[in-house]
This record gives sequence, structure tokens and C-alpha cells, in this order.
Amino acid sequence: MHAGRQDSLAALRLQIARLEGGSRKARPLPFGPREIDSHLPGGGLARGALHEMIEAGSASEFAGSTTLFTAGIVARLKGPVLWCLTRRDLFAPGLLRAGLHPDRVIYAEAEREREILPLIEEGLREKGLAAVVGEVTRLGLTASRRLQLAAEATGVTALVIRRWWTVAEKDLVRLPTAAATRWRIAPAPSELMPAPGLGRERWQVELLRCRGAEPRTWILEACDAKGRLALPADLANRSDQAADRRAAAS
Amino acid sequence: MTAHVVGSRRVVRAACAAAQDIGLYSGMALAQAQALVPNLHVAEATPEEDDASLRELARWAINYSPVVSPDPPDGLWIDIAGVAHLFGSEEELLRDLTSRLTRQGIAAKAAVADAPGTAWAVTRYGAGGVVPTGRAVDAVAPLSIRALRLPVDKLGTLHRLGIERIGQLAAMPRAPLVRRFGRDVALRLDQAMGHSFEPITPLVPKETPTAALAFAEPIGRLEDLTSVVLRLAKDLCRQLECRGEGARRLDLLCQRVDQKSACLRVGTAKANRDAVHLARLFDERLQTIDPGFGIEEIVLVASKVEPLTERQTQAQGMGDEAGEADMSQLVDRLGARIGMRNVYRLAPVQSLVPERMARRIPALAPPTGSVWPENLPRPPRLLDPPEPVVATALLPDHPPRFFIWRNVKHNVAKADGPERITPEWWNGDKGSAARDYYRVETEQGGRFWIFRDAPTAEGGRWWMHGFFA
Repeated sequence: MHAGRQDSLAALRLQIARLEGGSRKARPLPFGPREIDSHLPGGGLARGALHEMIEAGSASEFAGSTTLFTAGIVARLKGPVLWCLTRRDLFAPGLLRAGLHPDRVIYAEAEREREILPLIEEGLREKGLAAVVGEVTRLGLTASRRLQLAAEATGVTALVIRRWWTVAEKDLVRLPTAAATRWRIAPAPSELMPAPGLGRERWQVELLRCRGAEPRTWILEACDAKGRLALPADLANRSDQAADRRAAAS
Repeated sequence: MTAHVVGSRRVVRAACAAAQDIGLYSGMALAQAQALVPNLHVAEATPEEDDASLRELARWAINYSPVVSPDPPDGLWIDIAGVAHLFGSEEELLRDLTSRLTRQGIAAKAAVADAPGTAWAVTRYGAGGVVPTGRAVDAVAPLSIRALRLPVDKLGTLHRLGIERIGQLAAMPRAPLVRRFGRDVALRLDQAMGHSFEPITPLVPKETPTAALAFAEPIGRLEDLTSVVLRLAKDLCRQLECRGEGARRLDLLCQRVDQKSACLRVGTAKANRDAVHLARLFDERLQTIDPGFGIEEIVLVASKVEPLTERQTQAQGMGDEAGEADMSQLVDRLGARIGMRNVYRLAPVQSLVPERMARRIPALAPPTGSVWPENLPRPPRLLDPPEPVVATALLPDHPPRFFIWRNVKHNVAKADGPERITPEWWNGDKGSAARDYYRVETEQGGRFWIFRDAPTAEGGRWWMHGFFA
């Protein structure tokens, strides 16, 4: 009976996807760890859609984790990338660590905040791009809907990093947007090493909003040099056990 | 020195700087000059050649602005409205222009003013430079009346009446002035003072691809302008196709009913002759044109062209070539919005000092060949300039135990380092000290890149420089 229900659900999803049209044909981009991909509809991050990244943590206005998380996603796509920004605090050699080669990135630097959304939209109209990354402070419902539609039309993935410099601007990220998914990334304490030194970074990755999936939180190890995320070894075993327990209980 | 024939006598047409120093001037009788300087070198004047080289210079000056007009015998008008910001300011433009001319061996003087007449007067009889907006009257008043571009007989009359300065003439009542000296004196006076407008007919080099459209009824609506631009672009692209060229720079000149003109200039990152694309570059900026009472003529000029050959882009068996997508149209559209210099790529620099590791290159520049350093722990965000932090380390060479940055105390849980980056004396870092960089992780998991600019024993201070998370 379960299998039958799954089949009919899949058929319904397919029908809805056909109704929505656009670029739904492209397979979503998997993150790698099975726990995330199986949770997301379609098995990964939808291409040709708007995704919103919000940083949390002690130096959240600099959006370090979010930048690496976004760069890791872009690194796994193929093709050139447009990065729209207003502040010049991005450090290209740092992106290399998440697998995003700086030669792939075209930067568009706007002087004013209000110029940035038109730039992102202009980029989304270009089919040849793999993704458009935008650093945005203000993103309303209408503006985000525009970006979402532009992304759907061409199949270019739009990734928006929310930035802020004042407390009032930080509160803006609470307002709703029309993004397909909304993520919050916060740094988490890394694994204790036997010797002094730093291990692989860890993030607390929260899926705040996603069409067709429940909000959920994971602790993940940061992107490696190919942009892949991983489940921490100590936690991975535990969650597997938990899954086993759940399977045994049901 | 050159001479030419006027009527029955030969007069000096132009004299070199050395000749001017010993008292020879243009318009002097040649016999008198030869009497003053016994072994004078005199060449026959060739006005046609002078004219041709002036036009050549005018064509070169189109690099500065689309509206350039030669002013024989020895002048050049350049309408720099709306282009000065590309050079920084009007002063910078002027400096750039004169220094380039000087380097070519042309002794040039230049002035910027509200009206062409003012600039003419200040260039030839004043100090040159930039006349501030609205100060034309002050600038020309102390100048000689020769700066008014009047015929010689009028100058003689004025001179006989004791009028030597423009200010004296301007102080006279207008009606008797016109009655006595004629309408042209009053007109030239107004032009020099910036009261009356004087159109500059732009020089359009013959071989430049041009598309023009004149209207029986002046137009002013944005929709009309957009469609006209598209039509002109199609016309222009047909011409470019015949010549096997593509446009790198386009100028749009709008002639208004009241003889004023407005111009827009857009550039492309790569030679292009796609009419729809070129027309779209103007879209964003057409609304900045003030049509006034209407526009009666629009001219689209491809002021800079480059050879563009057809290239086969699609064929059976090479479908995957589309992966190397052509980004030039995107770069053009972005450049038209925010300026070409704000669309860029980064290229590595052979330096380990973080502030210097990358430099901007044009978005479509070929790869530079130098490689990015891999496997260096570098943060994705850099704080430039670094901010001071208060930090305490247990031992001189140890990472800090805690640090206070922006009034918040962070306890360090784990750390890695130091990584020493020494100053690069060959890059002019003479005074600065070696930096010891540490990657630290706070108890909450935040990762920072902080450095100490000298060993603790030498009073090193701590700085926050980047954010990993």
C-alpha cells in the first residue's frame, strides 16, 4: 500500500511540475549527503529557482559561512558565474577553498543597493550562465517573485546572500520572500582534534522554508575543495543508528 | 614660419615659437619680417594640408567625446557635456587632453566653459583651464576684444574708440551698441558671455558607419525614441555587415528643435553587430535624454569599429560547444547599466600579501596564465583595512586565548598558526613589519583570521583581517 501511495504522489508531483512548466526538466543539484538530498523534493537543490541564504553567528554581517556554502553550490554547477555585489569585501582566493575557481566568476559591482536587483535579473536572462549570486540587503516579495520567474524562464539558478550592516537592515531578513528555498547557515564548533590545530569547519545548516519539504536542521562539515558537503563522521553514525531504530519501530 | 599671399602682398601666416619671441606675428607683412630678421626661413603656407591635419586631429579627439568639430585655422571644439565623468572630472580631462597633445609635439591650450564662445576666448586670450559654471562673464570681461572673433575692421573701429577689453564693451548700453557696430558685434559678445547659444556641428568622419533619421514632426516620447533607435541600429548593422566589421562604441546624437543636442555613448566588450542587442544597450539610458520641445533628428554613429568575421557556431557533432557560452552580450548589458569598469574578473598577482593577491581585469580578457595559489587557508571575506582587536596570548608565540573585537569578547577554543607573511620590499612595503596570521575558532564555532604585526616583545598589536565563518 505504501508503494502505491508513493507512486501516486510521484505522479501528482510530475503533473504539478508540468503545469508549472519552465525549466523543471533539469534535475535538481544533489548536495551529496543522503540525509539532505532525500529530504529535499526531487533529491537536491532545484535549478532555475531562487534560493536565499542567511548567515547567523557572531560575525554574521560578513556572511563568511554563507559565502562558502553558496560558493560550494556554484562550484558543483558547470559554466560561468555572475557575482553581483556592492561591497568589496569578497576575497577571491578564499572561494578557491570551496572549489569555485575565480576564473569562472564575472563580478558586477554596483555602487548603490537599488542597482543590484536589476543586475541579478539581467544575469538570469543569460542562458549561458551556471548561476547568478547576488548580495542583497532588501528583497521584497515582488522583487523576489520577479527573480524567481526570471530564473524559471532560463533555468539559471539564482542564489541570494542576504547582507546587512545595521540592526534595522538585519531585521529585514525576517520578511517573507518568494524564494524557492531559504537557508540559514551558522558556524558550529568543529570536532576536537587530538593535536592543537583546526579541523574541517562545521556548519549548522537550517532549511527554513522549502516548497514540498519540512524545515529541518543539520550539522554538516563545510565544503571541501570540490564544493561537497559531508556529514560529520561521529554524527553520521549516530543518525544512521537513529534511522535504524526508526525503521525497527515502524 | 610660413607665409601666404593676401591681395597684392605676402603676409606671415604662422610663426614658430622662436620667431614669435623676436617679435614676428601672424598677419605681419613678409617684407617687414624679413627686414627684422635677415636670414629668415620662410615656407609657403599650405592651407589645404593644415586643414586636413586639423580634421585628422578632430577625428582623434572623438576619443574624448562624440561631438567634435574642427574650428579652422587652428582650433577644435569638443562638446564634453556628459563625458567628463569618464575621466574623473573636467580638470582631469583637460590635463589628459593637453598632456597627450604635448607628447605628440603639438603646443596646445585648452579651456572648458559653459559656452563655446567663452571657451574660445579663454583658450586664446586667457589662462585656459576650467571656467566654473555661471562664471563666464567674470572670465571674459578682462580679456582683449580680439577674443570676440570679430572681423579686423570692426576691431579697428573699437580700438579707435578706446575700447580694449570685453568688459568695457559689455558695460555699454545695448541699443546704441547694435546701431553703431552692427548686430554681429552684439552676437559675438553674447556668445563669449555665454548668453546666446551656438551650435557645434559634429564632425562625422566620412568612413564611419552612420545611420540618421530626420523627422517631419519632432518626437519626444520614450517609446518613439526606443523604436527609432532600433531602426537605426538595424540600418547601422547592415552597413557593418557589408564592411565585415562590428561596433565597439556607439554614439547616439539627438538634435533638438532648439538647436541643442544630447548625446549618449555606449561601449561593447567585443565587436558586435546584433541590432537588437545594440539597441537594447541604449534602453536604460534613453530616459535620461531631455527631449525639450522635441527631437528633430537622431544620428547613430559607430565611432569605433573592429573587424568581425562570421564564425560558424553550430554544426552537427559539435553541439556541446555551447558550453563555452559567449558572455559578451551579458557583459555589454551590465556595462551599460553600471559602467564597463564595474564589470570585471579577478586575476591572481604573484604576491602573498592578502590585500594584493588579486587584481581586476576586463571581464572578457583572455586568461593571464598565472595561477591562483591553492591550499592556502584564506578566508572568503576580508576586512579591508584590518580592524584592531585586543587580544591576550598565554605565551609570546601562541595564538590568543581570547580577543575583544567590536566590544564583544570571544573566547578562543582552537587555533592554527602562525603563518608568517613577510612584507614585500620590492612592492614598496618598506616600513611595515612581518605579520603572523592565526586562524582561530571561538567557542561558538566562529572562525576568524587575525594577525599580529610584530612579535609581542616588540610591542606587536593584534588585528582582525578576515572571516572564515
